[in-house]
Amino acid sequence: MPATAHRSAEPAANAAGGTEDLVAVPVRHWGRWIAAALALVSLVGLVGSLAKNPNLHWDVVGHYLFADLIFDGLTTTLWLTAAAMALGLGLGTLVAVMRLSANPVLYGLSTGFVWLFRGTPLLVQIIFWAYAAALYKHLMIGIPFTTVTFVEFDTNSLLTPSVAALLALGLNEAAYASEIVRAGIQSVDPGQTEAAHSLGMKPALTMRRIVLPQAMKVIIPPMGNETINMLKTTAYVSVIAAHDLMSNIQDVYAQNYQVIPMLVVAALWYLALTTVLSAPQAWLERRYGRGTARAGHVSPLRRMFTGLPGLLPTTRERKG
Amino acid sequence: MARPMVHAEGVRKHFGRLDVLKGIDLTVERGEVCCLLGPSGSGKSTFLRCINHLEKVDGGRLTVDGDLVGYRQAGNRLHELREAEVAERRRAIGMVFQRFNLFPHLTALENVTEAPVRVAGVNRTDARAEALRLLERVGLADRADHYPAQLSGGQQQRVAIARALAMKPKLMLFDEPTSALDPELVGDVLDVMRGLAADGMTMVVVTHEIGFAREVGDTAVFMDEGVVVEAGDPRRVLVEPEQERTRAFLSKVL
Repeated sequence: MPATAHRSAEPAANAAGGTEDLVAVPVRHWGRWIAAALALVSLVGLVGSLAKNPNLHWDVVGHYLFADLIFDGLTTTLWLTAAAMALGLGLGTLVAVMRLSANPVLYGLSTGFVWLFRGTPLLVQIIFWAYAAALYKHLMIGIPFTTVTFVEFDTNSLLTPSVAALLALGLNEAAYASEIVRAGIQSVDPGQTEAAHSLGMKPALTMRRIVLPQAMKVIIPPMGNETINMLKTTAYVSVIAAHDLMSNIQDVYAQNYQVIPMLVVAALWYLALTTVLSAPQAWLERRYGRGTARAGHVSPLRRMFTGLPGLLPTTRERKG
Repeated sequence: MARPMVHAEGVRKHFGRLDVLKGIDLTVERGEVCCLLGPSGSGKSTFLRCINHLEKVDGGRLTVDGDLVGYRQAGNRLHELREAEVAERRRAIGMVFQRFNLFPHLTALENVTEAPVRVAGVNRTDARAEALRLLERVGLADRADHYPAQLSGGQQQRVAIARALAMKPKLMLFDEPTSALDPELVGDVLDVMRGLAADGMTMVVVTHEIGFAREVGDTAVFMDEGVVVEAGDPRRVLVEPEQERTRAFLSKVL
């Protein structure tokens, strides 16, 4: 303790030993050791019990983990995630620009859009799009108020479960993405726009070259989150049998009743994909972080391992 | 006599119910360095921003090199121009801001080449060579690849001057260019501005640097509460002002 150290370093002791012999001993964190040990023992116990539990049927997990049916579902899940995010980000940026527009009608429409798609449950929206054909049996493109028709579709054949799933996920995402993009654009100092304008840059060029690249720094972390979230959210479309990973998993356990093992298969794949998706996010954050004097991104794993010596009593305290 | 570079007649501007400019008359000739001085809230920065239409004028005529800024006259009405047309006219007017407003995601060199390449359509190689020459001129050739965050305030402001010069403006506007700087960095920026003035650039400078105004300025304009109180030779206006308000202001800042 510092107080004791002070007292023992009284002039008499000093004169005897000399100051160069004084060694500072860091605090020993016994509490940290006990907590870490308890947590590890519990974890090992839990994993061991799961591994040995015969009801978990690891053989079933192994049998289905790389099955064709699962890969088909994975493919659908992946393209659905990518397409829904693309639709969401594209439409979301448009809605964000409309919300920042001076035009009151555009502002009102975009606000209404966000209100509607953020204010109703996604599950309701998914089922709605799947059954939207009940609302309009035919869709046609023609000249209004005349009988002239160029193309006509049967809504049922147009709104397949995949299309309904994409529409539901994409439109819902657009509502959330628009708020993220709007916050990003508003985070850029208005002086940047003034400087660009004073150089003769037109509004669209200013937005593209000056404002958006700076807004990206604010937009990317939450959009990365949204992408990872979207990957898992696609599981909802199993309610309209869109043949994604979760739909196919459900098909299997509806027949063989191995619910838990099949859910383990699903969980392992979702975990693997979300882990892989975290990598491009870190890369994008670095790329758009250019010009800011911020410390480099440290991966969670590295943080855990470099933190380990912190438990040991001989290393110095890490700086907060 | 040649057309004046800036000509203002009865320029008015209000923010809500607050009258910021109450009829400004001012003429800046070619090659003239005009320093605008006055207490904060006197409208000098607002007037400067009206010159390149960053602020809209509510009334009166304001021309740069004979052209109305941001408006087209039809009869006795002024019709506001579209953003694209305003952008076209702004190209000839350089502006330097109090807070530098460099683009933080671009290097010093890219800050300078951005507008020539994207707006004026200069090819990349020429723009780069010209930008290096301008950075050399402001004494920062060795900082070309630095990002703004890696530069001191004074260096950032000098890059900002180079960036404005890259569009080959016929008029340069300075909005308190040294107010955000640490005292020891002010000199370098003023030196660059002195050099510009010596090269014959027409400049309108909002400043609190009385010394600079007296030494470099061809005219000093003292503004207060939205009107021009006194204007003329800085060696007279800033040394033996006729107006009581000017005297009161100078006694506070000197």
